[in-house]
Amino acid sequence: MAKTLFDKIWEKHVVKNIEGGPSVFYIDKHFIHEVTSPQAFKGLEKRGMQVFRPKQIVATPDHNVPTLNQHLPIKEELSRIQVQTLKENCEKFGIEMYGLGHPFQGIVHVIGPELGVTQPGMTMVCGDSHTSTHGAFGSIAFGIGTSEVEMVMATQCLMQSKPKLMRINVEGTLNAGVVSKDIILYIIALISASGATGYFVEFAGSAIRSLSMEARMTICNMSIEMGARGGMIAPDEVTFEYMKGRLFAPKGEEWEKAVAYWRTLPTDAGASFDKEIDIKAEDIEPMITYGTNPGMGIGVTGHVPALNEIDEQEKPSFEKSLHYMGFEPGAEIKGKKVDYVFIGSCTNSRIEDLRMVASFVKGKKKADDVEVWIVPGSKQVEKQAIEEGIDKIFEEAGFQLRQPGCSACLGMNEDKIPAGKYCISTSNRNFEGRQGAGARTLLASPLTAAAAAVTGVVTDVRELI
Amino acid sequence: MSKSINIVTSTAVPLNIENIDTDQIIPARFLKATSRDGFGKNLFRDWRYENDDEAQPKADFVLNNPTYSGQILVAAKNFGCGSSREHAAWSIKDAGFDVVISSFFADIFKNNALNNFILPVTVSDAFLAQIFKAIEADAKTTLEVNLPEQFVKISTTGEQESFDINSYKKTCLINGFDDIDYLINMKAEIEAYEAAR
Repeated sequence: MAKTLFDKIWEKHVVKNIEGGPSVFYIDKHFIHEVTSPQAFKGLEKRGMQVFRPKQIVATPDHNVPTLNQHLPIKEELSRIQVQTLKENCEKFGIEMYGLGHPFQGIVHVIGPELGVTQPGMTMVCGDSHTSTHGAFGSIAFGIGTSEVEMVMATQCLMQSKPKLMRINVEGTLNAGVVSKDIILYIIALISASGATGYFVEFAGSAIRSLSMEARMTICNMSIEMGARGGMIAPDEVTFEYMKGRLFAPKGEEWEKAVAYWRTLPTDAGASFDKEIDIKAEDIEPMITYGTNPGMGIGVTGHVPALNEIDEQEKPSFEKSLHYMGFEPGAEIKGKKVDYVFIGSCTNSRIEDLRMVASFVKGKKKADDVEVWIVPGSKQVEKQAIEEGIDKIFEEAGFQLRQPGCSACLGMNEDKIPAGKYCISTSNRNFEGRQGAGARTLLASPLTAAAAAVTGVVTDVRELI
Repeated sequence: MSKSINIVTSTAVPLNIENIDTDQIIPARFLKATSRDGFGKNLFRDWRYENDDEAQPKADFVLNNPTYSGQILVAAKNFGCGSSREHAAWSIKDAGFDVVISSFFADIFKNNALNNFILPVTVSDAFLAQIFKAIEADAKTTLEVNLPEQFVKISTTGEQESFDINSYKKTCLINGFDDIDYLINMKAEIEAYEAAR
């Protein structure tokens, strides 16, 4: 029988099916960070248990870390304690941790792939919803809660029900100025912030296959923003090329064997999905959000929906959202004033994102009253950016290159957007208060964000390239 | 805090807002604790208080309105979307809710709720609208959430609707069983699986 990519991996990882319930599902790799792990470690201690398979866990602090002066102690006491607790727990339970200052430290979803920990065919979890990022390699990767983190620490398994499967086919060639972030923002706007809830989504089609691994990760990263349990893309030559030679990737004969297996993973012709959606790449323009969930996105030349375009039942939530954002129904988004530009997060902080921004801003200057933060996803990305001279380009443009971490994606560390201010952000969530209490977030691609940095307003980047 | 659920009969707190994400349920700045306790006071923190100040409750927010109380939270569709933070479930439980009713739940939140003995009940959009209407008409309206029989009933109107839950989870909730206990008891089979790979 024809099988999907998801089915092939799923079947290999079921330890046991339970009558009328979920399956006992085996997890190959578990990433942990400082925020969602401490209570899980405490739970284990309470039970007097050890971590079952410590070698299958990789730890790094990312959510709480400052992005300036990382050599100094973390100022905020609770953040410092949380980062310290991760370190102590990892030492106690024998888990490899890449701490602050370590050359591999960074956002957990950036370092997994760049170290070669993330591999096709694997099952991977983390107490973080953006674990879906790793699906770009053709793995089943999803976010879990802390009770589940504890389960994986204790048994390397979870109780999982098989989700429904959706395939989204993006066919054709992207227009100039349109990048992978625009594809995913377009899809979420099309099917809504809950349009894929209950599903695992495979992204396919010629436009997806043409993307680099970094660009594929951006798409899978935001699967959760349409409610999907995870996103995935079939492994291919682009995947193998990216992985070859990475620290934890298989080597020599093992590599050949692994690639041969990975080649069997893509969805078979004729395999069926519970739902399929077809999208033409040519229809996608640079996207931006105007509201307070990632489904509230429009083309940059578009307008905020007018009230008569909104369903009666959805009006109260829509109006609440626009009130928070300070936008009028029906207003044009282009030309709106921007105060901050944040380029970073597990969605768009990889070397390709930084290169894209650098090649656009080279020789340009930021607008006077805009503050621009560029936050690399990892120490390795930071190092590479410096080696390539990208840091100099940013400096000349007036952009600030900071140190790796989750930064202004979520108001947990020192990097917060002040109340009432507008921030064009390459992150993944525009929820109320996400970037700081009262902060107003417009999600966009690194290119659209860079264009706003230069003009000081929401800009159609196609007019500048 | 109850570690099992059977029949919950209670007044309810109506929160008729769609797409309530876990950043609203518990803002990120409150995720710095290393224990599971005490999150209830920060539930919906930024919707509850002006300027993050407990001395300035927002009068129009339902949790600040003494008219509404109970063990049941009723919310519009796509409740719990966004971040996987289990702190959202901890804060709801800690604030005294044992049941959340909506027409649609985000997947990770649903699992987190179940793992904390909060019953997420999915009803139809039409029935959800009836619940909101009944509570609006009379804040003393009680809802009977009957897990063994799998239905929700509105006391004032007598209307009821059945809901789905898989039999494994139902057994866990009624008996106070944790997934982790089940998994720990599976250790030998898990090791056998690993050895056979």
